[in-house]
Amino acid sequence: MSMTAPIPTSIGERKSALFRFGYRRSPDQDATTPVRRPVVVVGAGPVGLTAALDLARRAVPVVLLDDADRIGEGSRAICFAKRTLEIFGRLGVAGRMVEKGVTWQLGKVFHGPEQVYAFDLLPEGGHAMPAFINLQQYYVEQYLVEAVAATPAIDLRWRNKVTGLAPGADGARLTINTPDGPYMLEADWVIAADGARSTLRSLLGLDFAGEVFEDRFLIADVKMTGAFPAERWFWFDPPFHSGQSALLHRQPDDVWRIDLQLGWDADPEEEKRPEKVIPRIEKMLGHRDFTLEWVSVYTFQCRRLARFVHGRTVFVGDAAHQVSPFGARGANSGIQDAENLAWKLALVIKGEAPESLIATYDLERGAAADENIAHSTRSTDFIAPRSAQEKRFRDAVLALARTAPFARRMVNSGRLSAPSTYDTPLSTPDVDRWAGAARLGAPLPDAAMRARDGRGTHLLSALGDGFTLLSFAPETPVRVQGVESLSIDDRGDLRDVEGQFRERCDATPGAAYLIRPDHHVAARWRRPAAAAIHAALARARGG
Amino acid sequence: MPLRLDPHFTDPDAAYRMLVDAHRGLSEADSAMLNTKLVLLLANHIGDLDVLRAALRAARGGVSA
Repeated sequence: MSMTAPIPTSIGERKSALFRFGYRRSPDQDATTPVRRPVVVVGAGPVGLTAALDLARRAVPVVLLDDADRIGEGSRAICFAKRTLEIFGRLGVAGRMVEKGVTWQLGKVFHGPEQVYAFDLLPEGGHAMPAFINLQQYYVEQYLVEAVAATPAIDLRWRNKVTGLAPGADGARLTINTPDGPYMLEADWVIAADGARSTLRSLLGLDFAGEVFEDRFLIADVKMTGAFPAERWFWFDPPFHSGQSALLHRQPDDVWRIDLQLGWDADPEEEKRPEKVIPRIEKMLGHRDFTLEWVSVYTFQCRRLARFVHGRTVFVGDAAHQVSPFGARGANSGIQDAENLAWKLALVIKGEAPESLIATYDLERGAAADENIAHSTRSTDFIAPRSAQEKRFRDAVLALARTAPFARRMVNSGRLSAPSTYDTPLSTPDVDRWAGAARLGAPLPDAAMRARDGRGTHLLSALGDGFTLLSFAPETPVRVQGVESLSIDDRGDLRDVEGQFRERCDATPGAAYLIRPDHHVAARWRRPAAAAIHAALARARGG
Repeated sequence: MPLRLDPHFTDPDAAYRMLVDAHRGLSEADSAMLNTKLVLLLANHIGDLDVLRAALRAARGGVSA
């Protein structure tokens, strides 16, 4: 979840000392002429950290700048989706997150005192990662920062605030302020991961257009040993908060996320005061046996940059697009931005792909942002209707949902983040007919596998950071240069022990899938020919 | 399937009467809620976005066919 300006209050201040980092002077600050770096990432939030880690894995050195010296207070984003965890898995940081996080897959929706709808996110087996975990953003950032600290190719500089950006034809010059004063740095590429209030966006004078929603929400993390299960509970018009909506969601360390709709007329300063917050929550929980960890009052907007790529400066995450928190589409989409950009930028920097490949980042992630904004806007309009008749439609859906299954499908308390299927020139159109869950342009579905040594594993865990050709029961092993080949066969690299790959990818003996470095499907054939694989690979690298 | 604008009920007067009767004695608010539920029920029964779009256009006053 991401939102505009959640303002930390004094309640959350004691968290801030937990993860504090020192400023260190860089030799770059003493250079007489600005030092030139291949990539400078601005903003060490989850998205900037992910971009840096992914680039470093691809042997691209990164300078990562952040204007703070600590990980942000408050849990902020809490829901991390399966696709995000798969990305973190590839980067080697998912294990700790899944272990620490609260795994959940059940959601319940109430109208007044009654349950009207429930959903189960992942009833299917064979996936290494759960549908969702809840984990405070500060833990995610901590684990990512520790991984960055263990990566020599990343130079993370705290208290480095960008104050100037001068774009050039083949790079940009950054002016950076530090406790020791300003210095300049040149970069072939700049990745702007500096959040919803992006400084780089302002420095380039870019318009951030969209819709503002006229409603205010109270967000509170409370600590209690609760009797609630690890499920997402959402209320429309609950008995304890009449006429508004409410959300309750569990996080690790006995912390619970509570979100209460307040209406547009609420006074944000007044509503953040503990004297005001505590009685509201007491009414909801029915007891006072809790402590406040973090409180904020927020409004939100759905908006995006018209283009994410501006010369050699590329915008990712909240700096590029913003959604309402309903649906957990903020941090999750930002991390997918970072992954989408990293492999393309690495190929371009190494001269293995044309610079035009970066335009497909804008195309693919721009379409994903539009999709996220559309879902988020629909959810928000359902939760906070804009007119009397809109509210009537919403209430009619909720009333019908008790007896009519069709109306349950219209109840919208947030359509949870799901990865996009890219309609992209990088995909080679299917020539064969395919059934199954796999889609051209979508992430490859996971499946339970057994490795050569007999150990149980998963399909996605077996994929690396580059292009992969998956061959199902090939008559002769298929080998293509520049591609890692994996055979799925009884005597192959992986055994499809549960038949899940065959089913989900509609694989017939001899079939092959070409998988992109971000694990989206680039091409597939029932009878692959070497020339077709070469052509598809060239196409997926931007021609 | 295009939106039907030709007579479809064998007894149109009875259909009209049924709609009107359902609202007798209701407050403005209850009447509006009944209509809203009715729209949702019938829209789902039709289950066709093109027909729904054409009906909305017609209801907004754009009937020309």
